[in-house]
Amino acid sequence: MTKKEVLSVLVDNHSGVLARVASLFGRRGYNIDSLTVSATNDPDISRITIVVSGDEAVINQIISQTRKLEETRDIFALNDCRSLLRELLLVKLSANESKRSAIREVADIYGATIVDLSVDSMIVELTGAPSKIDAFLGVIGEYDIIEMCRTGITALERGIKK
Amino acid sequence: MLLTGAEIIAEVLIEQGATTIFGYPGGAVLNIYDALYEYRDKIRHIMTAHEEGASHAADGYARSTGKTGVVLATSGPGATNLVTGIATAYMDSVPLVALTGNVGTSLIGRDSFQEVYIAGITMPITKHNFVVRDVTQLADVLRDAFRIAQTGRCGPVLVDIPKDVTAAKTEFEPLGPVVIPQPALPAADDIRRAANDINQAARPIIYFGGGVVSSGAEVVLADLIHTANIPACHTIMGTGVIGDSDPLNLGMVGMHGCFTTNKAIDESDLVIAIGTRFSDRVALNTTAFAKHAKIIHIDIDPSEISKNVIAHASLIGDVGAILAAMLPMIAPAEHTEWRERITKWQTEDYVPEDSSEVLRPHQIVSTIARLAGEDAIIATDVGQHQMWAAQYCERTQPRSFLTSGGLGTMGFGYGAAIGAKIANPDRRVVHITGDGSFHMNLNEACTVVSYDLPIITVIVNNTVLGMVRQWQTVFYGGRYSSTSPERKTDFAKVAEGFGLSGVCVRTPAEFEKAFTQALADNKPIWIECLIDKDEKVLPMIPAGGTVRDMITK
Repeated sequence: MTKKEVLSVLVDNHSGVLARVASLFGRRGYNIDSLTVSATNDPDISRITIVVSGDEAVINQIISQTRKLEETRDIFALNDCRSLLRELLLVKLSANESKRSAIREVADIYGATIVDLSVDSMIVELTGAPSKIDAFLGVIGEYDIIEMCRTGITALERGIKK
Repeated sequence: MLLTGAEIIAEVLIEQGATTIFGYPGGAVLNIYDALYEYRDKIRHIMTAHEEGASHAADGYARSTGKTGVVLATSGPGATNLVTGIATAYMDSVPLVALTGNVGTSLIGRDSFQEVYIAGITMPITKHNFVVRDVTQLADVLRDAFRIAQTGRCGPVLVDIPKDVTAAKTEFEPLGPVVIPQPALPAADDIRRAANDINQAARPIIYFGGGVVSSGAEVVLADLIHTANIPACHTIMGTGVIGDSDPLNLGMVGMHGCFTTNKAIDESDLVIAIGTRFSDRVALNTTAFAKHAKIIHIDIDPSEISKNVIAHASLIGDVGAILAAMLPMIAPAEHTEWRERITKWQTEDYVPEDSSEVLRPHQIVSTIARLAGEDAIIATDVGQHQMWAAQYCERTQPRSFLTSGGLGTMGFGYGAAIGAKIANPDRRVVHITGDGSFHMNLNEACTVVSYDLPIITVIVNNTVLGMVRQWQTVFYGGRYSSTSPERKTDFAKVAEGFGLSGVCVRTPAEFEKAFTQALADNKPIWIECLIDKDEKVLPMIPAGGTVRDMITK
């Protein structure tokens, strides 16, 4: 059964590490739904958050193949219930004066912020769990989306790992 | 001491025990070659005709000795010519360190003359690779390369070194060879559970591969097999680990394995897979493979577990250490009924017919095995001759059958034979090739002549690309698209042109005479054997098939 899995990969903070991980995924035909990379509080380590889809065997393979990379310090799947998953959305909407208040109403309900306004358009920013972003897009999609961009998921486990 | 990068390379090679390297000079490695001139008494450099040949030679050196092979090439085309050799080593888990020069750091990224991003190119075919941009890091990176190549599942590591780094100077502190960490043993309970499964099995079979060779586990494996009377079969990479004359050795499994072997896997209730990876040449149909059996997988690489075939239990670590820990828990057994069934199947095994009129491939290989002896190293190329060699080479020692198992690299054999002969000057080295494979890298004849390497090359010439043609015969209704190149190569004359001797034979008697003479002369020679182009590798199970789909004629 195909499922989505969010993987957190801690890697050495070197140039070329992302290429190595991406190359592994490309070579083995793993499907990447989203991928984010960022620095951590340790300057030697970067965190790659990858959302992949596949059945359990594929996901186990992805984990063990990625773990084999020389620059991988740790890799683990993030459990939905025990993790915080966040994504940032920027969406530019066609918004003349007549539509603005309606868009603002939707934005308020979702806790989104209007971060730019022009005569004909506005840009709305929303941070939240990917499902919340999907839901927001479902509603805001009623309006005319000019451009949009999602960062992909970044995530952390809650609490302190024992 | 203050040394240049090039001198540091030489020092670290010596420190890591790499006193023989294979390579080809060029602009970006001039500093390194200049240093090698200085170190020529301590490091032997073998120059091949082509960098690909050098990479296969370093690989053959490693496969035949267990040491790490080292190959050196210049930037750009020199580096890209290594790619096939690196990929070959990667697929067969051979420890290899590939050193490439690159243009100076100020020229990198500018599409400079002979510049390629070889680290990017080789990322998917190396265990790891490095670009050294600072001479102060060079020694440690090189040591890391040797460590990674030999740690866990072995494999190739590439180190790319810009020209200015080889010229820059830094303090060098000598160290000893890197210490290779031994993997931990699995939990004792897991080993005991696996031993219990083995003790309780009625129809167990061991299926082993190159991991047994890498681990040096042949003796303990033989002990296990003989203690519990468990029939064993092997992949092409496991050839030679258990002698052919051992009644418990069922021979090769898979696409061109024996009927009995594949039948035994099919009917077994326990498959103990050791140092092997269920490739598509063995587990042709992953869902039907050993479908009545529980599978215990013993391997050093956790990512191999349940990759192709679901394992019911696994033991991760050095296979030799695991088998040694398990052996005292294995109860002696007879498995009489199971072995009797197997013996009965063996009467149905495919047996090729001998001929005294024409040369038949199995007779060529059997004659080589008999005359060259057990101590000889056989290196092959890829294709029909490779399978015939695997089926009939009768090796009794590991590291004595060198072949490109995973990548299937035509052109591998001559280079590998050169590496093996350099590493084992006192052993016979026979290179078995086909006319198709040999055309790819026969240029290495000049290396064989230059270094006076008495390698006997046996060219099994059917004038066609035999294996592809065999598939065209069986699966494409005899539409022989581009497999009959109509080449007019006179191998004996080509040999002469390179400065070695060549002879062409047509009958078993002629071959035996020529091969006996070649052994006596102990000089480089090509023996061309003309065989019928319709000779097939049999038996054969089609890709995705099972033992029930076996083709025997």
